[in-house]
This record gives sequence, C-alpha cells and structure tokens, in this order.
Amino acid sequence: MRFDSELAEIRFGAGLSPLLQPPESAGDMLERLKGEDEAARVFPVPRFDEAIAGARTFWQLKKERSQQEGKPGYKAADKAFTDFRRARNHARIGWHGQHLLRHVHTRDGFRERLVLFWADHFTAQGKNAALRVMAAPYAETVVRPHLAGRFEDLLIAAVTSPLMLHYLDQRNSAGPASWAAKRRKRLAGLNENLAREVLELHTLGVDGPYSQTDVRQLAELFTGLSFNAKDGFMFRPGMAEPGAETVLEKAYGGGKPELGQVLSALRDLARHPATARHIARKLAVYFTADVPDPELVDHMAARYQASDGGLMQVYAALLEHPAAWVPELRNVKPPFDFLASACRALAVPQARVARLKPGKLNRLLLAPLTPMGQRWEFSSGPDGWSEADTAWITPQALAARLRWTMAAPRQLLQDLPDPREFAEAALGTYANERVRFAARAAETRTEGVGLILSSPAFQRR
Amino acid sequence: MNLTRRSLLTRSAALGCSLAASPLLTPVTLAAAPWDTRLVVIILRGGMDALDVVQPYGDPDYAGLRQSLAGGPDAGSADLDGFYALHPGLAPLLPLWRAGQLGFVQAVSTPYRDRRSHFDGQDLLEAGTAGPGQAEGGWLNRLLQLIPGVEARTAFAIGQERMLLMEGGAPVSQWAPGAGLMLSPQAERLAGLLMEEDPLFHAALNEALELTRQDLSFGAGGGGSDADDMMMSMMTAPKGKAHTEVAAYAAQQLRGDSRIAAFSINGWDTHHRQANGLKNALGRLSESVLTLQSGLGPEVWGKTAVAAVTEFGRTVRENGTGGTDHGTGGAMLLAGGAIRGGRVLGRWPGLAEADLYDRRDLMPTADVRSSLAWLLHGLTGAGRSGLETDVFPGLDMGSNPGMLL
Repeated sequence: MRFDSELAEIRFGAGLSPLLQPPESAGDMLERLKGEDEAARVFPVPRFDEAIAGARTFWQLKKERSQQEGKPGYKAADKAFTDFRRARNHARIGWHGQHLLRHVHTRDGFRERLVLFWADHFTAQGKNAALRVMAAPYAETVVRPHLAGRFEDLLIAAVTSPLMLHYLDQRNSAGPASWAAKRRKRLAGLNENLAREVLELHTLGVDGPYSQTDVRQLAELFTGLSFNAKDGFMFRPGMAEPGAETVLEKAYGGGKPELGQVLSALRDLARHPATARHIARKLAVYFTADVPDPELVDHMAARYQASDGGLMQVYAALLEHPAAWVPELRNVKPPFDFLASACRALAVPQARVARLKPGKLNRLLLAPLTPMGQRWEFSSGPDGWSEADTAWITPQALAARLRWTMAAPRQLLQDLPDPREFAEAALGTYANERVRFAARAAETRTEGVGLILSSPAFQRR
Repeated sequence: MNLTRRSLLTRSAALGCSLAASPLLTPVTLAAAPWDTRLVVIILRGGMDALDVVQPYGDPDYAGLRQSLAGGPDAGSADLDGFYALHPGLAPLLPLWRAGQLGFVQAVSTPYRDRRSHFDGQDLLEAGTAGPGQAEGGWLNRLLQLIPGVEARTAFAIGQERMLLMEGGAPVSQWAPGAGLMLSPQAERLAGLLMEEDPLFHAALNEALELTRQDLSFGAGGGGSDADDMMMSMMTAPKGKAHTEVAAYAAQQLRGDSRIAAFSINGWDTHHRQANGLKNALGRLSESVLTLQSGLGPEVWGKTAVAAVTEFGRTVRENGTGGTDHGTGGAMLLAGGAIRGGRVLGRWPGLAEADLYDRRDLMPTADVRSSLAWLLHGLTGAGRSGLETDVFPGLDMGSNPGMLL
C-alpha cells in the first residue's frame, strides 16, 4: 500500500490547505499526535474549571436579580445579569471561532478529527442557561488531554466530569438505602440514566452483553458521583448505596463506599471485548464509511484488546490497514467539518476571524450549522450526531450548505481565489473533471468557489 | 468524458426532461390523495400553561392560586361559557370560537409523569407511546404506514425543528420555507452537473430546487447580486415572523395534494414573567391559525382540523418570579372548519389541594392521545384497532368525544 498524503489529509485530517503540507506518512501523523497539542496552545479555549467560574457568577447575578424583584434595585440587577449572560454567549461564539481556526491552521488534523469523534462519543450538554456554554471547555478538559492515551482514562474523565453528571442526571441520584435517602424522603430516587448510557453508548454498545439488572447495579454503584459548582467533581459517600454491586458477574465494593470501586468497574468495562469491538467499529465508521470493512474492524478490535485499549495502537491499526485507504471518497462531512474544511481550503486568516464581532461570527460560522441539521453543541441526545450520510444530505440541509458556499466565502476573504486554482487547493488530485469544468464554466468567482465547495468531491472524504 | 460549455447545455436540457419524469418530482397535481380532509398538528414546545390559556375562573380555588397571572373576565379575558375564559392573547381567534371553529380539551396529558423534562416529555408526545422506546419513530408516521396510497407529498414536516412525530418508515416531505436555494441559471446547471454522478446529492438537490420553485415566498427568483445578498441573509434560520411563513407554507401544500402538515411553535416555557412570554407565544399561535385559515381558503378550511398539543402543563400556583414551573395536566387547542367547536371538552378535575397531581399540578383526567386518535379516526378513517395497537400502542381510546362535525 502506497501512502497517499492528500487522502490522509482529506479522510483523516482537516482537509487540504493551500498553505500547509499534508502529512508524509502514517508514522508522521501518529508522531504529531504524540507530540504537543500545538493548536490548543495557539488558539486557546478555557478549561472546564476556568469556565465553570462563569456559571457561579451567572447564578449569583440571577439570585441578586430575583432578590431585587419589585424593588428599586431591580433594573440595575437585571442589567448586570443580562449583560453577563450576553458576554458569556459572546464568549461561546469566540470559542467556536478558536475551534474553527484550529482546523484551518493545524498541521495535526488527525488530532482535531479525533477531538470531534471523542467529544461526540462522550456527548455532554448543559441543560440550564448557566451550563449551556460549557461543551467546548468540557472537550478541552475531558477529551484533548486523553485522546492519545488509554480508553479507560478517557472514559473516567468523561464519566466524572460535572457536565456529564449534570447532563445524564447522575448528580442527584441517591442509593435507595443510602444515608441521604433515609434522611430526606424526597431524595430516594435512583437515576439510571448515566449507567445505562455508559453501557449502551460509551462502552459495550447497544448489542453488548448486559441486562437491565446490570444497568440497575451499575446505577447503584454510580451513586455518590456528584459535583458542586465551586469544587467541581466530588464523591459523596452519603448518597452511595451501601453493599456490593454486581456488574457483568463481577462484584464491586461492599465495605465503605469509595470512588475507587466505581473507577475499577469503569476500567473493567473499558477493557471488555465488547467495548473493543464497539469502539473499533465506531472509529472505522467515522473515518471510512457508514458500513466499514469487517476486516478493518476486526483488525482494530484485536489491537484494542492486545493493548488494553491503548488508543495510539488502535489508531495505528486503522492507518496501516488497506481498507482505510480505498481511493473512493465515501463519508459525507458533517456540517461543522464541512465548514471548517472549507475555511481551511480558503485559508481564512486568523486575523480575519479575530476581527469579526460576535454577532457576525455567529451569522457566518456558527448559526449556519443549524439549517444544515447540526445545531452546534446541541445534538438531540447523548448518542450525539448521526454517522449516516443520508441524515445530512436532505433537501433543506443540502440547500443550506449550498447557500453557505455561495454567500460566506466572499464575507470571509478580501479577494476570492481564481476558481481554477481553488479547485486545486481544495481538492488536489481529487478535483475530478466535473469539478474542473465547473471551475472554468462558472460566471463569477463567487459562484466558482461556491460550486467547488458544493461538489460531492469536496463534501465527501 | 470531455465536457465543454456546449455539451453542458445539451446535457442540462436532457436533465430538464429527466427531472419532469422523476418519481420524486411528480407534479403534485398528478398525485392521488388517499383522503380529502386536512390535518395540521402543531407542537407547542416548552409546556403551555393550560390554566392561563383556558382560564377556569368559575373554579372557587382558581383566584387564590394566581396573583400577577390572575385571569377571568374581570382581568380582561373573554368569557367562553360561564366557567372558562380565554386569555387575551387568543382574542384574535374569538370569531372562530363564535363560529364553532375553535375548541379546547382541558386537563389532558401524555402518560409522561414526574420527571417533567421537556426533552423526554416532547419525545413521548411525538412518539405517541406510553413510555420511551416502545415503538419506532412518531405517531403521525405510523398512521401513514396504515394507509395505502400514501406518497411523499401526503404529509409535510415544516420548519427547522426536528419533527419526531413524522419520522419513520412511511415517506414524508420536509421543508423549511425560506430554506430555498436561489442559484443563477448557470450555477444551477453546474451544480446539477457536479452532483449528477452522486445519487444522494443529486436527489436532494433536485428536491431542494423543486421545493424552492413551489415556495411562493421566493418570488420569481434567479441570479444577480440581489440574489447573492438574499443568500447571505438566508444562511441562518429565519427569525421574526417565521411562524407565519411556516403556516403559509403549510396552507399552500394542503391546498394541493398534501393532507397532513406538522410544525412547531416554541416559547411556552414561562418560568419567569409569564404575562409577557405567554402573550407573545399565544400571539404566534393565533397568527399561525389565522394564516392557515386565510391560506387554505373557505373550502379547504371547511374540511380542516388543527390540533395544537404540548408536552405538559404547568404548576397551578404561580411561582416567585411571575411565572409557573413544569407541571403535568395541560390543554389542547382545536381549530378548523371540520371541528365541532365553541366548547371546552375534558373533565375538569378541580383545583383544591386534594384534586391536584402531586399537590402541585393540574390533574390530567384523560390521555391526550385519545383525543388525537379520535381526530385521526374521523379525518382519515383509520380503524380503531390500528390506532390502538400501531399508532398509539396500548391506548384505550374510550368513547368518541365527538370533536368533529
């Protein structure tokens, strides 16, 4: 198998760039991934613990406003709260700009794609106004530092993250026989939400070898996982169900409830053969095709098991397998990836994005994702975005993509490139004869650039 | 393949012919509709406060529960029947009430209880099941699966919002008015050429162009810098009067061969200063209903039923911030020439402490799915057994409340 640099950048990276050389080998890609997270340093986004301070201020200002209800100070308190909320929404838009710029300017596109993959695999969202901006800081803290390590460390980081505990209702789940439940009758509720999703989505997979009893037992084992906005994650033994819990025929705990018991169950789940298959298959779908080559999946799953979920090993298995390199472009880029790779092909300068006011940045680069079917950071459930090509290319979503390609590039660049050169920059040798013809035959630069970005050759990878 | 400008033009002429013959693009006038009545389902997302919309001012306990949200004729609401009064936000619909074309069902809910989550509540409302994961897709789609002769244009999901109730195995159309694609003639030809070899993209492009042509909000369309500016403003989801565009688009489709349309109206989650929020939301609902009426014209409106449903009602007591919190029992709005209106249906449970659900919410006295099932039965002729097993699995429809003429 001959390594194809352009295909590597298109299929496994952020797309071709006229400024940056694609990787020279699979080893080169893995080497970069092992090295420093340069994009995160150059285009910073706050970590979760920094950003959660904003949630505390949010609640404080909201409380002050409701204390002023009906009093003369209400107007000022209302303004303080409203201004802060607006500033925080603006900050979220700014983080989105940074995220896009990472895709535009990185030499380590494989890393950015893995960030998207794992942030989606471990989807977590804020369900109230104070936490709804937290998805980007969550990815920064939970995903980026762990994506080249072991799967179990990534799993533990996600499952103990305050945003996940909030999103899947773990925070207030108390063991029915726990001290907290006895003391407060109302708090007697065990919540299975996180336990179920850990088994179904994060580890074994929906067809995995677990039963409702395992869900229930894992939910009891999870009791005590909680957080507060000041100190972040905490384990509250008073909420934990006393006694041992049996998950997949193995008993955990029994003595004093401790976090360690939860973590060892998570490690065992992470190393389970069903998890190896589930993760291998999902990565293969994400990088190659909706229905991946079974041999590729087997190959990756075997490596996963042999390395106890060593993710670098699994990635290496993916990149060395011939089925990953079939030249035909298959997967449709989801809207964010589509936008980001378009900006990369256009080589949108950092300074241009930095100069955009939040409202404009939103109109150009964030809000257009919604009519494309991807309301960014708000997928409809913990299972994240669809991998199916048909989910993205509906009439109204394709229309939204075409509208963006025809209108946005002109707003992002001072001078649009000559479409004939742009076809080369965006697609390299993957610019087929139809693309080259459209680039020549378009009546304006705007339309030429828009058509190249609209081509299936650019929208697939 | 050797492409030149000339061969492109020849090819696109051929493409034009094949478009007309494509089954996906069969002109609507040719499609056969399996039935003749029209149904519009509006999902009111956020949880509409039944007590503030259809105000039970005749209930002795009502006045004590609401302070800044006090209702009834003394507060300027129109009396409906001596017991209920209508929130002023729906006053534009009073002529319909008097004509017997507006009605309500009070104290209804889905089987969803206790958790009071919008997402789960909406999922269940649209799934039409008693619990999560009990059937594939949504109840409107499962209805379509029961009826032979259904085509893609028979039912339309409209707007940017995902409409789970329309999802499933039966073909449906989806479109957001204003989502149109205005390309210059040359760009349109070239886009077609680019996508021709990729069936997924090609079918979606042709459908988008066809729906744009049928979408009256796009005038004559085509070309020039005005079109570019319009594209720019259209990159994001439309704001402002989007709801009337959605309703107008629904009416336009239903005047043709479509029989069912579904869309959402958001903004009912009134935890804070409900007096403002609910007035605005009801304004959107009123305008949507009136836009449907005018868009459909008297003849089609005469055989139309509009049903507006919400995931749950709200707490009977006003909270500390001039609003209400997530509750249980809610209300359903019915409108259209096909309904027997001028009445508030539903068994009223009372508002005394002991009458409430969980001592805080309006007690649901009937399953909202039962009202919906009777509507579907009357409008499409769908049989009771199919409705109780396939469309709303496990539902007991009970006796016919006679909602339709």
